[in-house]
Amino acid sequence: MTSKFAVDLPISADQPSLAGPSGTGSGGTRVLGALTLVGIALVAFLAFVATPADSDMGDTVRLIYVHVPIVSVAYLGIVIATIGSIAFLWKRSEWWDLVASSSAEVSAVLMGLTLVVGMIWGKPTWGVYWVWDARLTSTLVLFLLLLGYQAVRRTSVDPWVRGKRSAIVGLLLLPNVLIVNRSVEWWRSLHQEPTLLRLDPTIEGLQLFTLVLAIGVTALMFVWLAVHRFRLAWLQDRVDRRLLVDAIEDRRSEVTV
Amino acid sequence: MFRDAALVAGKDLRIELRSRVAINQVLPLAVLLLVLFAFALDPDTGLLVRATPGLFWIATVLCGLLAVQRAFAVETADGVTDGLRLSALDTGGLFLGKAAAVALQLIVLQALLLAGVVVLYDAAPSGWLMLVVTCGTATAGIAAAGTLFGVLAAGVRVRETLLPLLLLPVLAPVLLAATRAFEAAFEGRSSEGWPWVGLLAAFALVYIVAGLFGFGALLEES
Repeated sequence: MTSKFAVDLPISADQPSLAGPSGTGSGGTRVLGALTLVGIALVAFLAFVATPADSDMGDTVRLIYVHVPIVSVAYLGIVIATIGSIAFLWKRSEWWDLVASSSAEVSAVLMGLTLVVGMIWGKPTWGVYWVWDARLTSTLVLFLLLLGYQAVRRTSVDPWVRGKRSAIVGLLLLPNVLIVNRSVEWWRSLHQEPTLLRLDPTIEGLQLFTLVLAIGVTALMFVWLAVHRFRLAWLQDRVDRRLLVDAIEDRRSEVTV
Repeated sequence: MFRDAALVAGKDLRIELRSRVAINQVLPLAVLLLVLFAFALDPDTGLLVRATPGLFWIATVLCGLLAVQRAFAVETADGVTDGLRLSALDTGGLFLGKAAAVALQLIVLQALLLAGVVVLYDAAPSGWLMLVVTCGTATAGIAAAGTLFGVLAAGVRVRETLLPLLLLPVLAPVLLAATRAFEAAFEGRSSEGWPWVGLLAAFALVYIVAGLFGFGALLEES
């Protein structure tokens, strides 16, 4: 090979091999997955069979055991995404970039589900799918912000460019959440009667236990999904870079022959 | 930094003055929006007057989006971004300059829109102090957030669609707060409007700080 073609590409410094893991599962994630599935089965039993129906809301109250956990864990994921973005800008490591993006992606799915579950609950309870309640509105805006973050992720294949762009958007997620929540709460409280969405404050005993367990199980599920998403993204980056290195080597061999 | 900002703002405003895109296209578009709102909401029912603050700010945000897109369209052509980076201007100053140019165009636009709603919608604005302060803080927020996301989207092939998707949800609190502050001013209840102005100021501050630190890193990749 002549030096003429030894182009100094940043990617050629570290040529990743494809001889790594071929899947995203490992012993740890299998245990995690099994625990999650058992937990979901347990929560389903408690939520549908063991706990009583609400005197006012009837069976629809059981949706709380899905709704509250997924929205809480989605917020947790956003906090992780912001921390990951800050850590990426500080440490400049691909690891943190993928932590942030995997958390944000799973959070986006959970936020979407929160909205859907909320609407399914809203129709029989309020008679409408949607009300312009503070919490609903801020959740919707937040969901759209997360979609914007996902769009930024897809703008570049260069991990460094992609990481920097999405880290700055990710860094601003948390301040945005705070500003959106504040503004929407003022908006509704100044102009409308108090929020309709009020969970029964006297939740206790088995119902409280079910809810806490459901939050724990959902957090486990979040970790499970995020770890798989992280590993998938990691492998995808390796494959992309490997293909590029292979293509460059093919071209070089054509010339030297 | 401020001298650099003044240079960049001066450059952008001179380009806008000479190309006349803002005057010949964006300002007429703002008037057109006012006309379209009147078609959508029946002017005879009083709905239009009641909705005036909201419509004013929707028109401002949409035109702001165009101003931001314009501000970076002139940079991405012919590798001007590389020239800017080579010019050794302070990146914080670059950010402030571009944001200031967008802000100034938006202020001119808002003056026209305000005249437009008075003439076309028969709106009777009052509480001028509140109106001016709201316009100032909201415009600072729109320009700062717009400039930050504008440079992020500038180097991307899908920038025309990416920028609205990123920017509009972020600007939702600005739209909300500025509309409420305007409503309070129009109805002579200024005391209710000041918390909203505070929120606008906080938003502007967050994005000015984020822009001062993040703009340089994003400019490298555009």
